[in-house]
Amino acid sequence: MNKIVYKRHFSEKVVELVVEAPLIAHSRRAGHFVIVRADEHSERIPLTIADADAERGTITLVVQSVGKSTHKICGKEPGEYLHDVVGPLGQATHIEKVGTVLCCGGGVGVAPLLPIIRAMKDAGNRVVSVLAGRTRDLIILEQQVRAASDEVVIMTDDGSYGNKGLVTDGVDDVISREKVDLVVTIGPAVMMKFVALLTKKYNIPTMCSLNTIMVDGTGMCGACRVTVGGKTKFVCIDGPEFDAHEVDFDEMMMRLHSYDNDNK
Amino acid sequence: MDEKDIRKQHRDEEWREELRKSKTAKERMATPRVRMPELSPEYRVKCNEEVNQGLTVEMAVEEASRCLDCPDPQCVTGCPVGIEIPAFIKNIERRDFHAAAMTLKATSALPAVCGRVCPQEKQCESKCIYHAKLGKQAVAIGYLERFAADYDREHNQQTASDKTPSNGIKIAVAGSGPAGLAFAGDMAKYGYDVTVFEALHEIGGVLKYGIPEFRLPNRIVDAEIDGLRAMGVKFEPNCIIGKTLSYDDLHEMGFNGLFVASGAGLPRFMNIPGENLIGVMSSNEYLTRINLMGAAHPEDDTPVLHGKNVAVIGGGNTAMDSVRTARRMGASNVMLVYRRSEDEMPARAEEVKHAKEEGVHFMTLHNPIEYLGDEKGHVRTMRVQRMELGEPDESGRRSPVPVEGAIEDVDVDMVIVSVGVSPNPLIPHAIPQLEMSRRGTIVVDETTMRSSLSDIYAGGDIVRGGATVILAMGDGRHAAASMHKALSSD
Repeated sequence: MNKIVYKRHFSEKVVELVVEAPLIAHSRRAGHFVIVRADEHSERIPLTIADADAERGTITLVVQSVGKSTHKICGKEPGEYLHDVVGPLGQATHIEKVGTVLCCGGGVGVAPLLPIIRAMKDAGNRVVSVLAGRTRDLIILEQQVRAASDEVVIMTDDGSYGNKGLVTDGVDDVISREKVDLVVTIGPAVMMKFVALLTKKYNIPTMCSLNTIMVDGTGMCGACRVTVGGKTKFVCIDGPEFDAHEVDFDEMMMRLHSYDNDNK
Repeated sequence: MDEKDIRKQHRDEEWREELRKSKTAKERMATPRVRMPELSPEYRVKCNEEVNQGLTVEMAVEEASRCLDCPDPQCVTGCPVGIEIPAFIKNIERRDFHAAAMTLKATSALPAVCGRVCPQEKQCESKCIYHAKLGKQAVAIGYLERFAADYDREHNQQTASDKTPSNGIKIAVAGSGPAGLAFAGDMAKYGYDVTVFEALHEIGGVLKYGIPEFRLPNRIVDAEIDGLRAMGVKFEPNCIIGKTLSYDDLHEMGFNGLFVASGAGLPRFMNIPGENLIGVMSSNEYLTRINLMGAAHPEDDTPVLHGKNVAVIGGGNTAMDSVRTARRMGASNVMLVYRRSEDEMPARAEEVKHAKEEGVHFMTLHNPIEYLGDEKGHVRTMRVQRMELGEPDESGRRSPVPVEGAIEDVDVDMVIVSVGVSPNPLIPHAIPQLEMSRRGTIVVDETTMRSSLSDIYAGGDIVRGGATVILAMGDGRHAAASMHKALSSD
């Protein structure tokens, strides 16, 4: 049982939870995720670790309420408990100094992007971050991203904040203006797909972090499998990060709809 | 005194001699093998209740009387953990069921489990003199083991005096499946302070997520785990050695040894076209959703797909568990697709029989080569290649060879792939100094189960690849004995 020590709302449906998990806080690195079960009847769902405080023994999760399980988790208040939290899982992000790194995230994808932005910056890279959301309310963690980036570009679909347009418009602007050595993208599958198509045109190495259906998160079942470079990979142990130019996003998006009839 | 002398001494005890003389061998041999009472196929496919109902006291005593109490019992040599089989059976015959259970407990950490899931026809019962020499059905050793363990659990309180005084030495176990539990039980008996770390939220490994309720009820597994708790074993769920805690962390926490029993959880796929379509999944995923996550219960949130025409690929116990589970989940047409013939199937004979009684259609000598889906990516067709048996391969089994041109399409809406598992790479990745085989198993000394690192021992499927519950338990016991020897001589 893991106690929730802090909660705040980024928007109506997106909350940030700080959860006691001392061993995970101690071991985790950027790119890792956890599997969470809200209560004894809940399913196991993957959530990326957005931040951690090893001294206080806490990890930070950013959760968007999209279905029954995330609704249960988002409804928890400080002092209440998550029934099970296990991790850190997956391969940590490969961090090195490459020059200029463009980090782009959409929606709650900005939460898992933040530790990578910080680690890329700490490794001596110039970091340009592109944050995107449908509307102003859906831009999260802007302040923290600004603190860790050399430059931040904000994109909203409706133009209610920052520049009007999609994340790819923002990325395209940056790429056409300066040399980018690596792109990191985290967000909805369709967003990552179009970022990958764009950067492929410019031949810029691009890394994405995939969020698929998972059960155990330890390589035991293969529910999370995706095709990368023509081979089947398990996101939970081989990923969650892959070369975005090698990922079969269409298959991944199809598989994300496996349980559409059950999404209550 | 070695095992044989001890065995002889027990056999020479007065009560055993008297019991032997109480009936002639002829009378014993004239008794037919007991039949296990079981739920009818029509009833049991509509529920998850345990199919085998267990022996009554009278049945068990009569079956026990069939055992000839051989002077050189070969059945013991067929048991991977060397249970004193005639001794426990003769205790059943004289109606001392507690003594029978204690005899089992002396060598097996989980008798109620093994009595249910061991392939006895390939182990102890294959060596029974009835089967090996007399041309009769073997003594039902598995049924009797189950009877003694169940009777004792239902009628006797676990005594706290089971607990050995602690020697203060801390030992860690990675994985709470059969190997880890057997190891933990023995180490606790030796007096070690044992902590079992488990990645999942439930203790029991494959006994919980894999083997279904109708074959092994969870309450049986939990009772055995409670027995280990009473002996002082600690359990830490949601903790992954190699991820949550590193090898170095374990040293800092004062652990003097690690037993790796992390299993072979990584499911294999066949890498044929269409295998990533919706509705194609590993048996591990299917069984985990249902057994561990309760996907069949409306109060539990985890969903599972339902199919009408379900194909399960494979011929092992996991394949049998999957076909039988699919029947219980309401599939009207369940096919078992296996590339060899029934004779080569590795599954327990009893499960094959039960699956057939439950209406599973056996498609032997067939192998899927492709899956085709609809516009939404759901699997709709399985393309199968008919096979025939060719020459025996190195393992002595006749290998399946495609029959040219014999390809057909079968309607399916769900496919469960059960073609084996590979060792989970999680711990090997986390401890790169560990010597690994090319198959991804941890290399250990065969007698001591010690790895290339002196304080790490390993056993079960992480050493063997996919094997059986009882072999995993045997490894756990051997590792405990040799780790104890190493630590006490230091």
